[in-house]
Amino acid sequence: MLEKALSGSRTYWAWMFSLLVVIGFAAACWYWQFTEGLTITGLSRDVVWGFYIAQFTFLVGVAASAVMVVLPYYLHDYKAFGKMTILGEFLAIAAVIMCMLFIFVDMGMPMRIFNVFLHPTPHSMMFWDTVALGGYLVLNVLISRVTLQAERRGNPPPSWIKPIIIFSIPWAVSIHTVTAFLYSGLAARPFWLTAILAPRFLASAFAAGPALLILLAFVVRKFTDFDPGKEAINKLATIVTYAMIANCFFVAMELFTAFYSSIPEHMHHFQYLYMGLEGENTLAPFMWVSVILAVVALVLLLNPETRNRETSLALACAAVFFSLWIDKGLGMVIAGFVPSPLGKVVHYSPTPPELMISLGIWAIGLLIVTGLYKIVLEVRGEIRH
Amino acid sequence: MRNAGMIIGGLIIFLILMTSPIWYNALFGTSVEPPKVESPPNGSTECVEQVEYMRAFHMDLLNEWRDKVVRDGTRDYVSTTNGRAFDMSLSRTCMDCHSNKADFCDRCHTYMAVSPYCWDCHVEPKEAL
Amino acid sequence: MDSSRRGFLKIAGLSVIGAAGGSALVARGSETEPAESSHDDAPASQGTRLAMVIDLRKFSKNDPQLKRIVDACHTTHNVPDFGDDTKNEVKWIWPEEFETAFHSQEFHYVRDDLQGKPTLLLCNHCDNPPCTRVCPTQATWKREADGIVMMDWHRCIGCRYCVVACPYGSRSFNFTDPRPHIENLDPAFPTRMRGVVEKCTFCEERLARGLQPACVEACDNDEIVFGDLNDPDSKIRQLLSEFMTIRRKPGLGTQPEVYYIVEDPRSMQEMAPAVVVSEEGGNHA
Repeated sequence: MLEKALSGSRTYWAWMFSLLVVIGFAAACWYWQFTEGLTITGLSRDVVWGFYIAQFTFLVGVAASAVMVVLPYYLHDYKAFGKMTILGEFLAIAAVIMCMLFIFVDMGMPMRIFNVFLHPTPHSMMFWDTVALGGYLVLNVLISRVTLQAERRGNPPPSWIKPIIIFSIPWAVSIHTVTAFLYSGLAARPFWLTAILAPRFLASAFAAGPALLILLAFVVRKFTDFDPGKEAINKLATIVTYAMIANCFFVAMELFTAFYSSIPEHMHHFQYLYMGLEGENTLAPFMWVSVILAVVALVLLLNPETRNRETSLALACAAVFFSLWIDKGLGMVIAGFVPSPLGKVVHYSPTPPELMISLGIWAIGLLIVTGLYKIVLEVRGEIRH
Repeated sequence: MRNAGMIIGGLIIFLILMTSPIWYNALFGTSVEPPKVESPPNGSTECVEQVEYMRAFHMDLLNEWRDKVVRDGTRDYVSTTNGRAFDMSLSRTCMDCHSNKADFCDRCHTYMAVSPYCWDCHVEPKEAL
Repeated sequence: MDSSRRGFLKIAGLSVIGAAGGSALVARGSETEPAESSHDDAPASQGTRLAMVIDLRKFSKNDPQLKRIVDACHTTHNVPDFGDDTKNEVKWIWPEEFETAFHSQEFHYVRDDLQGKPTLLLCNHCDNPPCTRVCPTQATWKREADGIVMMDWHRCIGCRYCVVACPYGSRSFNFTDPRPHIENLDPAFPTRMRGVVEKCTFCEERLARGLQPACVEACDNDEIVFGDLNDPDSKIRQLLSEFMTIRRKPGLGTQPEVYYIVEDPRSMQEMAPAVVVSEEGGNHA
């Protein structure tokens, strides 16, 4: 079936080729980073994790969100999602690969990555995150392959895949929980030391992921004969709505605890994010854009008319995605480091090479998603020839 | 088989390319002697272990020393050859005698196209710097 | 794709995974097993428990002794000097102002002599270190025998999780090759390479040769006292029983083992020489 990704229309090849050009430039930047070191990024002694790890954190959420289509369909027999599950699984595959690539480019000694497997360390959450993500990738590759192959042959999938699919549901929840555990168990970082971090991660994942899935479904429908169906889209939109409400509620809870307790260690990080601290306010404009986008999204999503109309829904989904990308992919990680453990306010902003490498990894993700979607659409005969 | 000509032809070209180091050197190359390494400049003739053993296993020995010193915190090594005690240190023990790194270590390493990353951290003896 | 081509790809893929996994298993089997590592707050029952007392009374602002102490450490261990570059800087021991070193105290009024007082900061070699708990490869671990939080620069993958987990900012990452920034390269000790995290190791290589840590040796007036907490007759235990000491962020449960003497008992004596400290601790000044 893989060969189906290697043939296509002019539009298909133009898109894939432009992605490859971006990836090429990013690879050159990464090679420069590989020889010079991470000094070419905006990272510093106090802000040791930045844009790369922020992207990783956001994308683990996107990967986990496949469960939002898998759970209703397989556990509750919600037939309307029948056509969407594989799109969710393919998106998960691309997202997990992007996660792994972002970790790889962030490491000081990437050639020593094997050490994580040679010296397994059960008391380290990073070890378990590696296990969880690796396992999730294997699960999704297996599940998507087996179900798609069965669909292609016109058979129902083999019965042994069903328990594996059910197993992937708690596994999906666990990958984002363990990623939250990377942060929420650290006494050194009061901004992250909160029990609500894992629930917040999951809520934002289950909003951003399905929002992206809706947008991808619309894009695919524009170029092919694929049609997810009104019911599937509406149900996904409902899921996005509730998840977004939960996420915004959790953020509000965090703000209350920080500011009502007025504990400086907790307040300072939020102040840095939204107002700036000691003149350092790089992230503030971004955070307010995120807030505005969240409000716009909620207004559009809560009103059933705008939620069910595709133009406003697409706008709402884009707003959700970018709002949460800013919140998780920019704000959450960096604010953990400012102020530093010694109370110092330091500056961080990603450098152009850092951004280029990140763009290249996003391009790789898009490449994988496009290729995999092309395969399933060819199998279903929905490509216009 | 279909396309037999292309497949067999391709395999033959592949084999020719892959064995090229062997036949090229046999036909056109000058015969290359295995490298001869210089003895320690300080005149020492007794190494930690016997020469044949060191030639084959110095990498394993150094790995063992690395783990014992860094991870176990032990630094004393007793030679199985001559019973002498040594401080398990690349820089202080090995390079104390083999201070001519360029004429000793590098000769074989360059010949074998091996670049151990020891020297990224362990400081090379001053003669080599 | 017809089934034989798919079959070939399947076998090829499984062989690659098998070879990689197999070689990993073989490599693990032939590896020397590392010594017991401890990352929990195991009570200091056996062996030594190394710790440090830093006497802040003995430091004044612009004290040249500070530079001497820092340089002793940094030259012994080939720590690179990046000057004013706080982005790439690497430091094992360094002075901060008193209010910054103990900033979680949120000082509003500070005794005159303590304002801006230089306070030497370094790795605390905690008894319950969060950094060793998070390391995914055990490239950093707490030694059972003496309590030193050790670094293995051969194994470190440079993920910087330990830097994130350290509440004291004691760890530095090598963002770039340190060699060009080392003025006097000492061949007796290795440098580190670009891409690994480094910090004070309590001079474990000097301790193994019966020497004191470099920073301690640079002192001439017991500014830094180093010793074994498990030895009740040690100088450090004597200091800890005699003086009130504070530690950085003790409420986090890390059990840092670097103690700071702040109070000057002579001033206490001058204020109320006749007061006897009762069982209930009745001396409330």
